[in-house]
Amino acid sequence: MRLAAFDEMLPEVSGLRKPYSAYDRWLKEQDPARLTEKMQDAERVFRKTGITFAVYGEQEASERLIPFDIVPRIISGNEWRRLTQGIEQRVQALNAFLDDIYHRQEILRAGRVPKELIARNEAFLPEMIGVRPPAGVYTHIIGVDIVRISENEFYVLEDNARTPSGVSYMLENRETMMQLFPELFQQIKVRPVENYPQLLRQSLAAVRPQGTKGTPTIAVLTPGSFNSAYFEHAFLADQMGVQLVEGQDLRVIDGHVAMRTTEGYKQIDVLYRRVDDSFLDPLTFRPDSALGVPGIMDVYRAGNITIANAPGTGIADDKAIYSYMPEIVEFYTGRKAILGNIPTWRCSEPDSLKYVIEHIDELVIKEVHGSGGYGMLVGPAATKKECQDFSKKLQAKPSNYIAQPTLALSTCPILTEKGLSPRHVDLRPYVLVSDRIQIVPGGLTRVALKEGSLVVNSSQGGGTKDTWVLDD
Amino acid sequence: MLLGRTANGLYWMNRYIERAENMARLVDAGLRMALTRTQNASEEWNSVLLSAGSDAAFTQKYQEYTAANVADFLLRDTSNPSSTMSSIETARNNARMVRTALTRETWESINEAWMALKRMLARRIDERDLPSVLDAIKRETALIRGSFYGTMLRNEIFDFSQLGTYVERADNTARILDVKYYVLLPSISWVGSTLDNYQWESILRSVSAHRSYRWVYEADYKPTNIADYLILNVRMPRSLTFCYRFLTEHLKFLGDDYGERHACHATAGKTQSMLTAGSIKDIFDAGLHEFLANFIRDNTRLGDEIAQDYKFY
Repeated sequence: MRLAAFDEMLPEVSGLRKPYSAYDRWLKEQDPARLTEKMQDAERVFRKTGITFAVYGEQEASERLIPFDIVPRIISGNEWRRLTQGIEQRVQALNAFLDDIYHRQEILRAGRVPKELIARNEAFLPEMIGVRPPAGVYTHIIGVDIVRISENEFYVLEDNARTPSGVSYMLENRETMMQLFPELFQQIKVRPVENYPQLLRQSLAAVRPQGTKGTPTIAVLTPGSFNSAYFEHAFLADQMGVQLVEGQDLRVIDGHVAMRTTEGYKQIDVLYRRVDDSFLDPLTFRPDSALGVPGIMDVYRAGNITIANAPGTGIADDKAIYSYMPEIVEFYTGRKAILGNIPTWRCSEPDSLKYVIEHIDELVIKEVHGSGGYGMLVGPAATKKECQDFSKKLQAKPSNYIAQPTLALSTCPILTEKGLSPRHVDLRPYVLVSDRIQIVPGGLTRVALKEGSLVVNSSQGGGTKDTWVLDD
Repeated sequence: MLLGRTANGLYWMNRYIERAENMARLVDAGLRMALTRTQNASEEWNSVLLSAGSDAAFTQKYQEYTAANVADFLLRDTSNPSSTMSSIETARNNARMVRTALTRETWESINEAWMALKRMLARRIDERDLPSVLDAIKRETALIRGSFYGTMLRNEIFDFSQLGTYVERADNTARILDVKYYVLLPSISWVGSTLDNYQWESILRSVSAHRSYRWVYEADYKPTNIADYLILNVRMPRSLTFCYRFLTEHLKFLGDDYGERHACHATAGKTQSMLTAGSIKDIFDAGLHEFLANFIRDNTRLGDEIAQDYKFY
């Protein structure tokens, strides 16, 4: 099946789009053999530096590269300004929603979001009720997944408000492109992304606990070197110049979280954690967790440490909540959402379930709590048997699923052996929230490398591209 | 500021890099013996395995001491935790864990060594290829050492790395000597036979010192000179004294930086003064084997104390 998709470089109707004109000129001057060579160079660079990720469920805990495509995804300054307005509004709403949901729950009282959606939701942490994090920020680092349908239609696919990953690829992709094609960056003005680690550090320092004396001590908490995103954790700690810690390094001493150093325990003020909520504190959440810090929640509630992102932020990016985002944005910002949602059927509602089952071969069906592209059905690409099997799963536990129309995600060309060929893409810009909201001009473009495929997740054969925001 | 776990990772990363290389050296020495003397080759391989601390594990798996079996077990068998492949794998896992403490060059050299050796040791080694495989292992570890020395800042990270290197190296040299101590004893009646010459050369070869020995002693192999060279010579990079010179130096840096001395400082200092004060005659008089057994025990204790004093766990 092939959907008629909008190509961001060369749409069939209008011809080469303006943001790509300078790049296209350059590309036409290149020797195809040299480009192929550059592509192999890129792979060597990635493998040598060990920018790999582990794939769960494979026999050996093997390390794989996320394939990198050398054709950049280009966004004009104007398009970017529109996007950032929408993202800012959304991120404001997410933080306001979290503050409300863990305090007065006005939005539930107003009946704009159903009560039972919160109460029965695993992502809602009762332990966070009444807790106000330092500086009042709940979700500090957000990766908003955006898809494009046409020249002027952008939609938010997902709000990743827990621990969005991939930012290291944004940075390494740019680094690699600048190494491979320095001349391109002289000819075309691309806005820089490389100060992200500094911005992240400043942003984390700005939300330190009130009682912090002097410069706050920041650390990145990783589940360990066998985690699939370990490279990124190490990379960010390194780039920020802070310690990379594991649960086993940390302990609560005198009401503060401290890390074991060669000279004894040292206090930590801000913890950028890349460990899920349920593993954060075995005394509060999963008792079998060895990845967290026993007692850290008490320190947190006492206001003696900043945890970024705050525990319980998952309630804001839950797929069941997602369908209410337009209401949520309007409720807290008083304006209509600038960035729209994709129409979503909540299978928990009987009418929607009926519709979804009848149209299963046209829809994308996702697990409410799933991520990484696992456990989803892309109706138009599935066989009859797969649709029937999935339909049974749906009926067994409808509240576990949502459905969305199969959108013709925009495409962007990749370099193949036969030259340029369009592939579907999405975009994840990274947002930092402290006393202000900052969005790095760019983000991670994920690309479905298989022709016609709509699944861009790296665990499912997706690749990445450098994302350029033009300084025009 | 350095995490205890990071110090631990650096220490073991370097112990295992050293070990990966030592295994290749031991196989190299064994191979040379097996090539020059067809009789008693199995006895030689037995010594090699004893020096590697892997004899018991080997005999559980194999009946015969052959070059192919021993090389396979010591170089590429991942069920043997000390084999070159296991060692380089452990070294890399530790390097990944402490990655933020390493320069890009150091990390890449370890990662590339791992990639190259994984490829090379994927299948059983054809005997004809063994020399080139051994060369490649030594080359890869030399590249790691080169990038490490060439790019790392001389701070606590460097100190903990060096402690790992020299504790492992001292242990290795002492074990090689202890397995063959009897061929170095002057009381043995067949001193000076061709056989002995091979044995002596083999000892020197397993610490890559068969050429440099001649530069220093300008004469034929003599057991007391060989023992002196490997134990007391302060210029020989694999001698016990050399290792302790650097162990005490790096421990002193750490003590000065942190303003605190620990049990490990006392232990290293004691061994160091015993080595600098002693002559090879004293050692032989008191018993070479006893000396080596004590040394190995104290060296192990030093490793344990470093881990404890600097909060590795």
